[in-house]
Amino acid sequence: MTITDDRTDTTAPELEIGKARRRKEDQRLITGRTRWTDNIQLPGMLHLAMVRSPFAHATITAINTAEAKAAPGVIDVVTGEDIKDVQGVNANAWPITADQVTPTHLPVAVERVACAGEIVAVVVARSAAAARDAAELVDVDYDELPAVLDLKEAAADTVLAHPDLGTNKSAFWKLDSAEAGTGGDVDAAIAKAREDGVVIEREFRQQRLIPAFMEPRSVVVDPTGEQMVVWSATQIPHILRFLIAATMGIPESKVRVIAPDVGGGFGGKLQTTPEEFATIAVARRLGKPCKYTETRSESLLSGHHGRDQWQKLTLSAEKDGTVTGLKVELLADMGAYIAIVGGGVPVLGAWMFNSIYKFPAYQFNCQTVLTNKTWVDAYRGAGRPEATFGIERMMDELAAELGRDPLEVREQNWIRHEEFPFTTVAGMTYDSGNYEAATAKAKELFGYDELRAEQKRRRESNDPVQLGIGVSTFTEMCGLAPSRILGQLNYGAGGWEHASIRMLATGKVEVVTGVSPHGQGHETAWSQIVADRLGVPFEDVEVLHGDTQTSPRGLDTYGSRSLVVGAEAVVRAADRVIDKAKVFAAHLLEASEDDLEFKAGRFGVKGTDKGIGIAEIALATFAAHNLPDGAEPSIDADATFDPDNFSFPHGTHLCAMEVDTETGATTMRKYVCVDDIGTIINPLIVEGQVHGGLVQGIAQALWEGAEYDEQGTLVTGSFVDYTLPTAADTISFVTDHTTSPSTTNTLGTKGVGEAGTIASTPAVVNAIVDAVRPLGVDDIVMPCTPERVWKAIQAGHPVSHEGERDAAPHFDEATPNQDPGAGSPSTTTEGSDQ
Amino acid sequence: MSRITVIVDGVSYTDEVEPRTLLVHYLRETVGKTGTVVGCDTSNCGACTVHLDGTSVKSCNVLAVQADGHEVTTIEGLAQNGELHPVQKAFHECHALQCGYCTPGMIMQACDVLKNNPDPSEQEIREGLEGNLCRCTGYHNIVKAVQQAAGELSSQAVSS
Repeated sequence: MTITDDRTDTTAPELEIGKARRRKEDQRLITGRTRWTDNIQLPGMLHLAMVRSPFAHATITAINTAEAKAAPGVIDVVTGEDIKDVQGVNANAWPITADQVTPTHLPVAVERVACAGEIVAVVVARSAAAARDAAELVDVDYDELPAVLDLKEAAADTVLAHPDLGTNKSAFWKLDSAEAGTGGDVDAAIAKAREDGVVIEREFRQQRLIPAFMEPRSVVVDPTGEQMVVWSATQIPHILRFLIAATMGIPESKVRVIAPDVGGGFGGKLQTTPEEFATIAVARRLGKPCKYTETRSESLLSGHHGRDQWQKLTLSAEKDGTVTGLKVELLADMGAYIAIVGGGVPVLGAWMFNSIYKFPAYQFNCQTVLTNKTWVDAYRGAGRPEATFGIERMMDELAAELGRDPLEVREQNWIRHEEFPFTTVAGMTYDSGNYEAATAKAKELFGYDELRAEQKRRRESNDPVQLGIGVSTFTEMCGLAPSRILGQLNYGAGGWEHASIRMLATGKVEVVTGVSPHGQGHETAWSQIVADRLGVPFEDVEVLHGDTQTSPRGLDTYGSRSLVVGAEAVVRAADRVIDKAKVFAAHLLEASEDDLEFKAGRFGVKGTDKGIGIAEIALATFAAHNLPDGAEPSIDADATFDPDNFSFPHGTHLCAMEVDTETGATTMRKYVCVDDIGTIINPLIVEGQVHGGLVQGIAQALWEGAEYDEQGTLVTGSFVDYTLPTAADTISFVTDHTTSPSTTNTLGTKGVGEAGTIASTPAVVNAIVDAVRPLGVDDIVMPCTPERVWKAIQAGHPVSHEGERDAAPHFDEATPNQDPGAGSPSTTTEGSDQ
Repeated sequence: MSRITVIVDGVSYTDEVEPRTLLVHYLRETVGKTGTVVGCDTSNCGACTVHLDGTSVKSCNVLAVQADGHEVTTIEGLAQNGELHPVQKAFHECHALQCGYCTPGMIMQACDVLKNNPDPSEQEIREGLEGNLCRCTGYHNIVKAVQQAAGELSSQAVSS
């Protein structure tokens, strides 16, 4: 006989998985009983303020700290020179090529600053106010150096961001389907299409964004114990601990990192920051606990930025709309330093530009470039929103060129549901999906045909307010990541995740997870998973995380990995608990293990009413009075899970935008998304992730952009100028799901954290372009502000009928940018309005 | 230094403060009301919203000395006798928070919106919360929560 398992038994008690459980995390957060890093106060704690460079590129010639040191309450003023041997470095963990040019990134600059906002000195005082006052008194002499700010100019190497490196070109990374044996020759496909098919060539701008998590970053360092304790508002306590040890010469065992309540991250806290390392260096130097909390302006200036690419895309197709090739040429701004993931962010796009479509030939080229701006790294979606934007804009352009419905052209080219698992031209194997089902549901919820009819009416009546319908049928790869693949890509770590389950004597269950939530609701979702698996009450499960002392092993939270990798480790640990407990159950029930079945938290002897609950076994194990001979008195278990593959959520997003052609103002009328994220653990949490993701993607399309002036000063350095959407700017969304369970993990789950952000940006821009395409507009640079929309309309050349337009323009190598909405970077400041 | 007396969440505090001290810093650093948080330095984000004599203010935009002789309610004083305020309850029920950093200010502002307009439309709620930024929720469930709380508060008013 074998043990039976009721995990899919519909007669079992109501399952937790799938239930809209209200979050365990909320009670503290809605009553203010919170532990943000900045709330932490320690005896004798000192406060830090950073002195930052106002220049984008300069040599530090002198730092006079005397006046600051004499200011009231000031304990010390520390320069880069003072701590140069002990401050460590801010490392890049993913050199994308063996010869990647990687400038050394010191937490506190010693000789030269390479972007505005770089730290040049640290003031230590008895209060944060005193430290900030005294920071004004630190007198730094700079010799200004020429700064390179424009991405395309940087690629030309005329001005160097780091003169000692001899080039701004950091690394070139290529994936070619012909060379890799995963597809044909893209240049041949394009050449053929120029003869007898359709070639679409476009250049798109992915503007620079700022993650703008609501909790400013903060770090508290207590060096007074044998083990230094670092509290940080970070997504990555485990990686931070490793890198502190690896670069500061402190044994890893002497470092404990805690991520307490963390107020959002979105990739922006996936970093080891200069501020963390500077605070550690200063705290160790003074032997006193130190705290540094950034202001919002500092956060926007010196927390890493995201996106920032030029995308040159060439798509070839047959005249009937069947795609034949896609060539991608990216220029990606890394800013002044190659941050922790760095060039790996745009490179993640390599497997995503082909998206859900069956391109027979594909080539991805990415050149990463250094400039004298804030460093760029992961921001929600990291490489995949950029790729999705590019391909989804191109599919709309193809449809427009052919005069066909954009959904119909997509369907002609996408992977059909019966073709899964499907290995793409980029070499990824998508395990599951059903694009037809998601699209059909989305169209129905959206009222697609009705809105198309309304659009037609408005066009025919020359309504000053035109209606546009935007489509985005996206997929993404998430759940970072199979360690073996990461190793092949030269990433500096693995992608496994760890979990422990402790069965307490009182029947309560402690689940320790290696992932590190900062708003995602893991405590609730993990409790649901464990409650089902172990048959214990949801309320009896306590989920612990974010402290390297309680959770010694983990690789933290980013890349929509927590559920698909982290929770899978939890599932495996739970299964080991059951396996261990079964031995004790058999002993206590005086039965054979083979006669036991585990159901709803209880081992029963088949065919009898004899049984024992897992909590009773936990107590018996604690007492250890009556265990099998030689048995170790514990049913606790650990598991480390390394996935075989990524997970591939997908969905169909439809957006209706009204565009006032007289003013350029845009209004979102309706947004519908149907996402397939596999099995849903908690629909409430999933909806929340989707809503928030949508708004971040919509914000890229409509409002946000990090802008620099010609001196390299960030002019969007506060929330006055970096315009996050408010409740009044947004609408309520229609969200729904289809489900094709993932085959790469036990629960059938796929990631959801980034999906909304990845999908929504092109849906919005496609909608705006769709609204004004009859006016001769085929692109508007993001963010699509009313001014830009209005200017694009003014510059447009109306065509009489959709699909009747000039041949697609071809690239002229001599002209840097042919995007009609973007202007020429040689004559205008990058990113500015034209 | 100036001596101020402020009632915070029902308790009277008398302290010496620098005249330049912002109310939010006084609340967090002197009184220990760390439930109220700082999210920006330009009065845009509203994370620090509290009630001053029953009306919402951004406590980064008020000097501590201006609160002298007045009454402040923070998120920590909103629940009464262990009973959550209907707006707190609705935020939990509607999953109107994720990281929770904007939540104290958002809840305090939502209370104020409902005090001034017990039956707001969706657009009125959205405009009433315009001064409070949230990066996690996309506002969708926050709006729902305020609608739900409005219903709860009006049924309470009817029954009392």
